[in-house]
Amino acid sequence: MTSTRSKVLWGIVSVLVAVYALFPVASILATSFKAPSDLTNQKFLPSPGQATTGNYEQILVGDAQGLFLTALRNSIGICLIATFIAVVLATLCAYAIARLDFPGKKLVLTTALAVSIFPVISIVTPLFNLWRSIGLYDTWPGLIIPYLSLTLPISIWTLAAFFRQIPWELEQAAQVDGATTWQAFRKAIVPLAAPGVFTTAIIAFFIAWNDFVYGISLTSTEAARPVPAALAFFTGASQFEEPTGAISAAAIIVTIPVVVLVLAFQRQIVSGLTQGAVKG
Amino acid sequence: MTSAIPARPVSPDLEQDTTPGVGPGGPSDKKAAAQYSDRVRAERRLGWMLAGPAFIVMLAVTLYPILQAIYESLFQFRLTAPGEREFIGLGNYLVILTDNVWWKDLGVTLLITVITVAIELVLGFALALVMHKALKAVRGPLRTAILVPYGIITVVSAFAWFYAFDINSGYVNSWFAWLPGIDSDLNWFAQGPTALFVIMASEIWKTTPFISLLLLAGLAQVPDELTEAAKVDGATWWEQMRKVIIPNMKAAIMVAVLFRALDAFRIFDNVFIMTNGAYGTEVLSLLAYRQSISRLEIGLGSAVSVLLFLCVLIICFIAIKLFKVDLAGAQGGK
Repeated sequence: MTSTRSKVLWGIVSVLVAVYALFPVASILATSFKAPSDLTNQKFLPSPGQATTGNYEQILVGDAQGLFLTALRNSIGICLIATFIAVVLATLCAYAIARLDFPGKKLVLTTALAVSIFPVISIVTPLFNLWRSIGLYDTWPGLIIPYLSLTLPISIWTLAAFFRQIPWELEQAAQVDGATTWQAFRKAIVPLAAPGVFTTAIIAFFIAWNDFVYGISLTSTEAARPVPAALAFFTGASQFEEPTGAISAAAIIVTIPVVVLVLAFQRQIVSGLTQGAVKG
Repeated sequence: MTSAIPARPVSPDLEQDTTPGVGPGGPSDKKAAAQYSDRVRAERRLGWMLAGPAFIVMLAVTLYPILQAIYESLFQFRLTAPGEREFIGLGNYLVILTDNVWWKDLGVTLLITVITVAIELVLGFALALVMHKALKAVRGPLRTAILVPYGIITVVSAFAWFYAFDINSGYVNSWFAWLPGIDSDLNWFAQGPTALFVIMASEIWKTTPFISLLLLAGLAQVPDELTEAAKVDGATWWEQMRKVIIPNMKAAIMVAVLFRALDAFRIFDNVFIMTNGAYGTEVLSLLAYRQSISRLEIGLGSAVSVLLFLCVLIICFIAIKLFKVDLAGAQGGK
C-alpha cells in the first residue's frame, strides 16, 4: 500500500497544506520588498528589478525607527515579564492541583476556564478608567497586569495537564535510594517537569504577543505601545504615501520569532495545546 | 487523587499517613487518626498557599473590572465632563437595547461567529484527518506548517489579507478577474458583504489550526479497533466517519466548537484593521471600544461591555445545558 502512488498523494496533500499555511505570510513578505512606486503593480511579487530593502531600512534605521524599535522593545519586555509571572504563578498552582488534595481545586480550574473565555473588551473599559486615575495608563505595568488575564488561565490548564502525567513516585524512589528531598526533587522531578513549563511559557508568550485590544486601549504613546498596536498607527513617510511597505516589513520582523519557535518546538507546542484542552 | 503525597520533607511514617486504615493497624489507631487529620490540614493549607496567588490574581484582573463595569454602567458619565456624573439606573441599557446599532452589530457578530466556526470545523476536521493519517515522514513538517498561522499575530494576518485584496496594492483583483463580479474596480472594503468575506477569511485562516489540533487530539482517542472492526464489516469510509469516528469524538468536537465560538464572538482585531467597522461591518467588541475608548462615554461603554459579557454567558449556558458540553471533563479536569 505504501507504494509510490500513496507517496505522491501525500506529497500533494502536504504541499496543499503548506500553501494554505504559508501563503498569507509569503504574500506580506513579497509586499515588504516592494518600493513605494511599485506597490500598485497589481502583482504578487515586486516588479522585476525593483525589489528593495528600503522598507526594512525605514523601520530599522530610517525615520520610522523610533516608532517601530520602541514598540518592539515594549512588546518583548512586556510579553516576557507577563509570561514569566504567569508561568511562575501557574507552576505553583498546577503543582498543587496535580499533587495535593485540597478543597477548592475544582474552583481554581473552573475560574481559570471562566477567565479564559472572558471577553477582553469587557475588562478594557473599567481598566481604562481606573488606570487613568491611578497613573498606570500608558505604562508597562498597565499592560503586564491585564496580560495576566490572558496568560495565566491557559498556563494553569496546560501545566496541570503536564504535571498530572509526571510519575511522582520517582521522587520517593530516589529518596529510598538515599537522595535528600531537594536532590530527589531536582534530579527526578525537575527534568520531567521542565519541558512542560517551557512549552507553557511558549504558548503563553504567543498569546501575549498577539494581544491587540489591551495594546491600543491602554496606551497612548511610544512609552508602552506594543507592536500590534503600533502597526495600526503607522503612518507613511509623507502624508500622501501609504505605509503599506513599512507595515509589511515590520509584520515580517515580528513574525520571525514565531516561525523560529514553531520550527524548533512544534512537537512540544502541539502536545501542550492539546493536553491543556483535551483529556490527555 | 488517592495517594496524597506530601510535598514537605517526607517523614518516616509516610506509609501510615497516606494510607489510613490500610497500614499496620497498631494500638495507636487514635493517634494515627489525629496525625492523619493534621496532615490533611497541612496539605490543604499548602494547597491553597500554592494555588492561592494565581487564583487571587485571576480574580483581580477579571472579576474586579467586571464588577466595576457593572457599577459604572449605571451612571451617565463622560470622561470629558467629569463633573456631570449622574446616576441613571438602567438608563444606559435602555439606550443601547432600543438602538438599532446594537442589534445590527449583534447580528454581524453572530453571523461572523456562525460562518467562521462552521467553516473552521469542516476545514479543521479535514486538516486533522490529514495529520492523523499522514506518513511519519511528513507529519512533522505538516504540524510545523499548520502552527505558523496559530503563532502569527492576528493584526499581521489582517494586514496580509487586507493588502492582498486592497484595490490599490492588492493582486487578488487581477488574479481572479476571470471570475464574474471581480474586476480591477472592485473595492472589497467599500461594501459590507465583500469586506466581511475578507475579514472572515483572515479569521478562518488564523484560527483553523487551533481547532484542527483539538480535533486531532480527539481523533487519537478513537480506539483503532473500532475503526478496524467497521472496516472488516465492510463499512465505507463515509460510514466509518459517521457511525464510528464522529460519535466517538463528539466531546472533543463540542469543546472545540464552543471555544472557537466564544473566541469568534469577541472578534476585534481583523475588523479594526480592515474596515474599522465601516460599511456595516461593526462588531460588538468594536462598539464597546468606540463608546469607551474613542468617545470616552464610560457609562455607555461599560453597559455595552456588560451586555457583551452577558452574551458570552448565554452562549456558554446554551452550550452546557442544551448540548451538554462538559468543559471541565473534556479539559482534563477533576
